[in-house]
Amino acid sequence: MKANCWYGKNDVRVEEVDDPKILNPRDAIVKITSSAICGSDLHLYNGFVPTMSKGDILGHEFMGEVVEVGSAVKNLKVGDRVVVPFPIACGNCFFCQKGLFSVCENSNPNAVLAEEMWGHSPAGIYGYSHLLGGYAGGQAQYARVPYADVNPIKIENGFTDEQVLFLSDIFPTGYMAAENCQIQGGDTVAVWGCGPVGQFAIKSAYLLGAERVIAIDRFPERLGMAREKGGAETLNYEDVNISEALEEMTGGRGPDSCIDAVGMEAHGHGAIYAYDRMKQAAMLESDRPIALREAIMSCRNGGTVSVPGVYGGFADKIPFGSVMNRSLTIKTGQTHVQRYLRPLLERIEKGEIDPSFVVTHRLPLEEAPRGYEIFKNKEDDCIKVVLKPWEE
Amino acid sequence: MRTNGGMVKVDEKQLARGLGWFSIGLGLAQILAPRQLARMIGVRERPILFRLIGLREVASGIGIFSKARPAEWVQSRVAGDMMDLTLLAAALGLNTSTRGRVAVATAAVAGVTALDVLCAQQLSSGPNGKPGAIHVEKVVTINRSPEELYSFWRNFENLPRIMNHLVSVKNLDDKRSHWVVKSPGGTTVEWDAEMTMEKPNELIGWRSLEGAQVDNSGSVRFERAPGGRGTVVRVQLDYRPPAGVIGATLAKFFGEAPEKQVAVDLHRFKQLIETGEIPRTEGQPAGRSRSTSRVYDDFVRG
Ligand SMILES: NC(=O)c1ccc[n+]([C@@H]2O[C@H](COP(=O)([O-])OP(=O)(O)OC[C@H]3O[C@@H](n4cnc5c(N)ncnc54)[C@H](O)[C@@H]3O)[C@@H](O)[C@H]2O)c1
Ligand SMILES: [Zn+2]
Ligand SMILES: [Zn+2]
Repeated sequence: MKANCWYGKNDVRVEEVDDPKILNPRDAIVKITSSAICGSDLHLYNGFVPTMSKGDILGHEFMGEVVEVGSAVKNLKVGDRVVVPFPIACGNCFFCQKGLFSVCENSNPNAVLAEEMWGHSPAGIYGYSHLLGGYAGGQAQYARVPYADVNPIKIENGFTDEQVLFLSDIFPTGYMAAENCQIQGGDTVAVWGCGPVGQFAIKSAYLLGAERVIAIDRFPERLGMAREKGGAETLNYEDVNISEALEEMTGGRGPDSCIDAVGMEAHGHGAIYAYDRMKQAAMLESDRPIALREAIMSCRNGGTVSVPGVYGGFADKIPFGSVMNRSLTIKTGQTHVQRYLRPLLERIEKGEIDPSFVVTHRLPLEEAPRGYEIFKNKEDDCIKVVLKPWEE
Repeated sequence: MRTNGGMVKVDEKQLARGLGWFSIGLGLAQILAPRQLARMIGVRERPILFRLIGLREVASGIGIFSKARPAEWVQSRVAGDMMDLTLLAAALGLNTSTRGRVAVATAAVAGVTALDVLCAQQLSSGPNGKPGAIHVEKVVTINRSPEELYSFWRNFENLPRIMNHLVSVKNLDDKRSHWVVKSPGGTTVEWDAEMTMEKPNELIGWRSLEGAQVDNSGSVRFERAPGGRGTVVRVQLDYRPPAGVIGATLAKFFGEAPEKQVAVDLHRFKQLIETGEIPRTEGQPAGRSRSTSRVYDDFVRG
């Protein structure tokens, strides 16, 4: 089959590789019909995630048709249409049973490596480094889905791929980010980053009852989508000082909750940005927490800073004194996608949201390398790329 | 892991981590505030030099954390300490420095160097460096009853399913069993063992019989976790090479890191019992000649 593989910084290639096989009784093989490129993939593409190996198959946002099931998979059959959540969860451990699927204790075969790095191991993730299991990803024509009896959700109605594909990651991710804010009537939520995750965080904040959402980025097309599709007020951080603007807009108090949908590769200005870039380039810190610092300092007293943005290791100059002295709550995590599949599919069915609004580019899988480039560089107003593995 | 037999009892992994933090801390200070740091330790401001040292410190600091086996990185620290010592010695000869303060800094770095050397020696010698016993303890919580876990373990013939380096275990009678263990050279090591302790649903202990190539014993305890959270499983293993045989046999038997090996085995035990299978990627496709990554997967799971 064809698969998009990682070979190094800024180097992905579509190669001919073996078809996946059933390796364990609870596996299924899915023939992929749509597969997206995620902001998280850019962290791999830009070389910021350790323990990648040349030849790793990328991709963790995919859906398709079941073509084979292992002997222990009873709830799926060949021909079922499924969306696959990006964290791999066993369904049996203490954490899975608490609904904390992305920290499943059993699905990372390299758990001891993650324990060295982070103290304890989270779940495995498709195509997301050997620290997280070294699983082959879904930017390919087929994928092996472990624990297929508990992970994928069956799609039994006539939605298009693009309406349901993002249940695999970014819709639940934006939703969990907003849910973590514990929004109350009258609340203002500020969202750093108007990439796909930010867009779903904005939508979800309104779905969960926010009064106002203020979205922050610097790309006009992304801010435009936040306004037009999301209904947010927007701030361009190249034009205004964000903390001042937020203070002014919230009567001097600051937003009730702040969402960092930017992550470890935040962009910024001035000396602090230069510092972070230099330190990161020299492997002195693994993360550039510019948006996170700003979110913490801007948040109102007793408010919540919700962090869907991905961080990898060590981030410097986090104003923890501000968190502590002002009673802030920090909520974060890889999304527990499995927890949201059913409820969010219901919201799609009820017409409360049509997730396909984020898609700006559709490319055949063959053109994945170009997809990474335009998504990374925001060329051609790119916001979200969907790859089609079977189209020329 | 602790090394007995006359050696200093230092948990070298713990020590390596401590050194990792020290590296990162010192390195960042040198990068971010080279002038202040220089002033603090009494050397004339030479920011660029300090930045260079800082880069090396931080790089090796992160290395110690991220490497499954940090020995090489610790050695890079030793090299780094030497460099610092040399530079500080040079500073001592200059009259622009305050000798007293430089001397203190030198003593501190020298102290760290001594620790680094000790740690690097222990990490690189591992189980085969000195004739000595190996003692490993590991604990894991499994979402099942003590009864279920006990009955799996009580039949030693089940153990090769979770322990990669076991080729087979055959029960000879109710107490005695025959163990065949893989060694990386392709050969095997064998011995007979007998059960030494047995408390249904609580405890199993075993020990190799007279004449074993590797004198070893082990125990596993099952304790009900509070609040219905399954069972806490504690495993203890001891290996004593016979007199005259250096630890090489042990090293072969264990691969490189006994503690890692036991940790992996216990993960597998938990995975098999809780999910009915052991997660794997061996056999999956990849854009390279082998299905897994030799550097990471094979090393970790080995
Ligand atoms: N928690 C999870 O489970 C999960 C899931 C998916 C993605 N993520 C993470 O969420 C983050 C966003 O993902 P995405 O797909 O939207 O990526 P993206 O790269 O498309 O979006 C990031 C956006 O942040 C903007 N930005 C950069 N610096 C900024 C700053 N200082 N202030 C405000 N905006 C800034 C960029 O212009 C860009 O539009 C990534 O870190 C990704 O890894 C997390
Ligand atoms: Zn993603
Ligand atoms: Zn689990």
